[in-house]
Amino acid sequence: MSAPAASPPFIGRGLRRREDLRLLRGDGRFIDDLSRPRQLHAAFVRSPHAHAAVESVDGARAAARRGVVAVLTAEDIRGEIGPAPMIWNPIGTEVLVPDSRPLMGDRVACVGAPVAAVLAEDPYTAEDGADAVEVQYGPLPAVIDPLEAMDEGAPLVHPELGTNVCFQTSMGGGDLDDGFGRADVIVERTVTNHRVAGVPIEPRGVLAEPHGDRVALWTSTQTPHLVRTYAVRQLGWDEGMLRVIVPDVGGGFGVKGNLYGEETLLAWCAHRLRRPVKWIESRQENLISTNHGRAQTDVVKIGATQAGRLTALHVKVIADMGAYHLLFTPSIPVTTGVIASGCYAIPALRTDMVGVFTNTFSTDAIRGAGRPEGAHLIELMVDQVAAELGRDPIEIRRLNFIPKKDFPARLPHGPVYDSGDYEASLAKLLEHVDLAAFRREQATLREAGTNRGIGFATYMEACGLAPSKLSGPRSSGIEVSFWESAVVRVGPDGAVTLQTGACPAGQGHETAFAQLVADRVGTEPSRVKVVWGDTDATPNGMGTIGSRSITVGGEAAAVAADRVVAKARRIVAELLEASSEDIELREGRFSVRGSPDKSMTLTDVAHAAHVTDRLPEGFEPGLEASCFFDPPGFVHPFGAHAAIVDVDVDTGRIDIVRYLAIDDCGTVVNPTLVDGQVHGGIVHGIGQALFERVEFGPQGQPLTTSLLDYTLPTAAELPDLELDRTVTPSPHNSLGAKGAGESGTIAATPALTNAVIDALRPMGVDFINMPLSPEAVLTALRLASTGRSPRA
Amino acid sequence: MSTHTITLTVNGREHTEEVEARLTLADLLRERLDLTATHLGCEHGVCGACTVLLDGKPARSCLTLAVQAEGAKIRTLEGLADPEGELHPVQQGFWEKHGMQCGFCTPGIVMSVVELLERDPDPSDDEIAATLGGHLCRCTGYVKIREAVREAVRLRSGSHSPQEIRR
Repeated sequence: MSAPAASPPFIGRGLRRREDLRLLRGDGRFIDDLSRPRQLHAAFVRSPHAHAAVESVDGARAAARRGVVAVLTAEDIRGEIGPAPMIWNPIGTEVLVPDSRPLMGDRVACVGAPVAAVLAEDPYTAEDGADAVEVQYGPLPAVIDPLEAMDEGAPLVHPELGTNVCFQTSMGGGDLDDGFGRADVIVERTVTNHRVAGVPIEPRGVLAEPHGDRVALWTSTQTPHLVRTYAVRQLGWDEGMLRVIVPDVGGGFGVKGNLYGEETLLAWCAHRLRRPVKWIESRQENLISTNHGRAQTDVVKIGATQAGRLTALHVKVIADMGAYHLLFTPSIPVTTGVIASGCYAIPALRTDMVGVFTNTFSTDAIRGAGRPEGAHLIELMVDQVAAELGRDPIEIRRLNFIPKKDFPARLPHGPVYDSGDYEASLAKLLEHVDLAAFRREQATLREAGTNRGIGFATYMEACGLAPSKLSGPRSSGIEVSFWESAVVRVGPDGAVTLQTGACPAGQGHETAFAQLVADRVGTEPSRVKVVWGDTDATPNGMGTIGSRSITVGGEAAAVAADRVVAKARRIVAELLEASSEDIELREGRFSVRGSPDKSMTLTDVAHAAHVTDRLPEGFEPGLEASCFFDPPGFVHPFGAHAAIVDVDVDTGRIDIVRYLAIDDCGTVVNPTLVDGQVHGGIVHGIGQALFERVEFGPQGQPLTTSLLDYTLPTAAELPDLELDRTVTPSPHNSLGAKGAGESGTIAATPALTNAVIDALRPMGVDFINMPLSPEAVLTALRLASTGRSPRA
Repeated sequence: MSTHTITLTVNGREHTEEVEARLTLADLLRERLDLTATHLGCEHGVCGACTVLLDGKPARSCLTLAVQAEGAKIRTLEGLADPEGELHPVQQGFWEKHGMQCGFCTPGIVMSVVELLERDPDPSDDEIAATLGGHLCRCTGYVKIREAVREAVRLRSGSHSPQEIRR
């Protein structure tokens, strides 16, 4: 592999985004902006019951309405569309998979499960038609709380499965009994990580159109190739029959990194009816039938010596699956187990995971996907240990950090962390917040009646999904391999095209990928066009999930670019009559070492590669190369965050006074875009901690079905965020990059929770669980005033 | 369903349309007039992505019926700058300061900020927060949106001649 340009001028620069011009002028094309001639519109009839037998579905009245073209039920797709796929099949662990179809027939197991689809000439008529479909339901007992669902005699979500336990598995390492035996203190807490929704501001949407014997499917997704692969499996089609195209995507946050029944069903409808069919999700549908996440109860036990050394960690993860699986549903809590020991060298740990069915909509990945839960529980527990020992939580962290010299660090339960310097990021954080001064200010404020607290979270995460040897069918049990692909093509005029399997939902791939490819091939970013989101126009890829785009997809692009450069050097060598080993690329020119006057630009080389009469007989024309990059290991971003909050003990209101974040995502391609990712991630975490919560009534009725009930943070209640970074390159890719998309979300919830506990400790509040609603704060204060702890 | 004939001016152009009483202004703009910059994020008036200026005031076009816009002057993102021309200072501010990621909520936010700066060319941080507080963005955490607004204030007051929106 040839070396990249000696001093790359574009990586590391906060270039403005090229995406913005179309978005700012109203030229963005999101799914609902697309229309096809003769298109129909779909509307769904969804179950209002959390659990019910579907006794009859009568579409006659709907079908009779003017403009209604078809009313489809489970009967129509029987034998045509197979069960929804779920792709986690770990060796040695049985995972129960309930049958789920795009339209449910005999029984529905959650509110929102679709039972009929109405296709009509316009969306208003489709919705009128859906209202006119008559469904008879026979309500069945439902169970909403996963802890209750595990009780003997609880209603069964899927009676045919005979149990509500979807799977159980464990991981661990070291001698747990010895670890707890050596502990002077053992702290036990139940840490809840409540159910949240992803809420991209653009809901999902699909438009399917027949093209001869194929179907083109536009869909607002993060993972076009996975949609194609698994939709055709469900449809029994050849993969070539379905082309998946992704328009501009209005945010993903994990919930668009999946395959949904609406996608499969609309592809089938277009093929069957020979007409385009469009469906745009309403916000209510988005809140009840786009995947939820977190929904974990973590029962944690941690041991420490009097000196503050952590000796053992045991976590029982109870994860709510919802009623049905999406692609990854049961695999999400496993990530919690992988990173549950955080930044700390704990000699013995064990995680027992149990997935539980409930009569609620599916959970699956939301920004962080299992890792926020792990970071949250360990960062809360470290503070709890410090309090138990009467020690400073900073000191406990420092005592137990995996030291820099131990990287790559192998953990007792198997994972190897690539690189890290946890002490450095914490030290940098403490340069920005003077803790001693804060404690003095805190005391003064307390006397004046203001309850201010500070909370820390030093986190690490595992991302860069994913090395196939660690994440594939024979190890973790995911049935696909998450390499990423790239084709770099230089046209006859020297213009460069990158085709990538990564698929942005607003991150800025077109800008960042152009920067890194431009550096490698010796051209300007403006000469590099980035093509994504079309299964006909890109190599097979795995999309943008798990903070993988730059570390896996970017590396694939870089390697493909290096291969282009290698061929370019051979061409230059032929034309300048030198040895290709002597051709160097510097500042955009290929020249012969020692003879800088003999040189060619990429444009010269590209022309020669396509108009080939000067090249020797048999020299292959063209200037392009591909790469499928399978990373050798996960990458592990890390950092240190601090939240300073004021808690109003009369109203329970929490105000964030300052939020500071030191993050390390290795080499930074575009610092402006990385800062944007960190900002968004932190506020996503703040949202979960303070404002957001998916709630159900006792019978499984969703209570948070509008953005008035499911409340996102707004600019009105957030401070500016104070960011800084350290740079610890990853050894697993030539860029040195780690992921940046999820870190903020992972770190924010424990920092805030610890800050609230710090503020309320003088009132006797020694623990609190999210969501940190006014009600939760007041309840904690009331319990504390009677000598009880909310940890009970 | 009753239909009505309405006339309204959108970005300086007059349109006469026959509409059902239940047609929303957002759907009129998007489906009839092909002005798709105005986005629908919730259709219940919370997210603010569909914000347009109706007779100079920000309005949720998802909650406004087309018939309510009879005789009104509507401004949308498409009217801020010529397709090939210079960006409006608010658009420029958002570009310079990375005030957007996915760009879905952006058109509504830009229109609210345009209205704010026409009303008050030098708003306080609280006024900016109050205006942005009417919009949801899931990508940016609002930090760079605030920077973008401050940049727009600077651009409007600086060497740029104050750009009034074409009507």
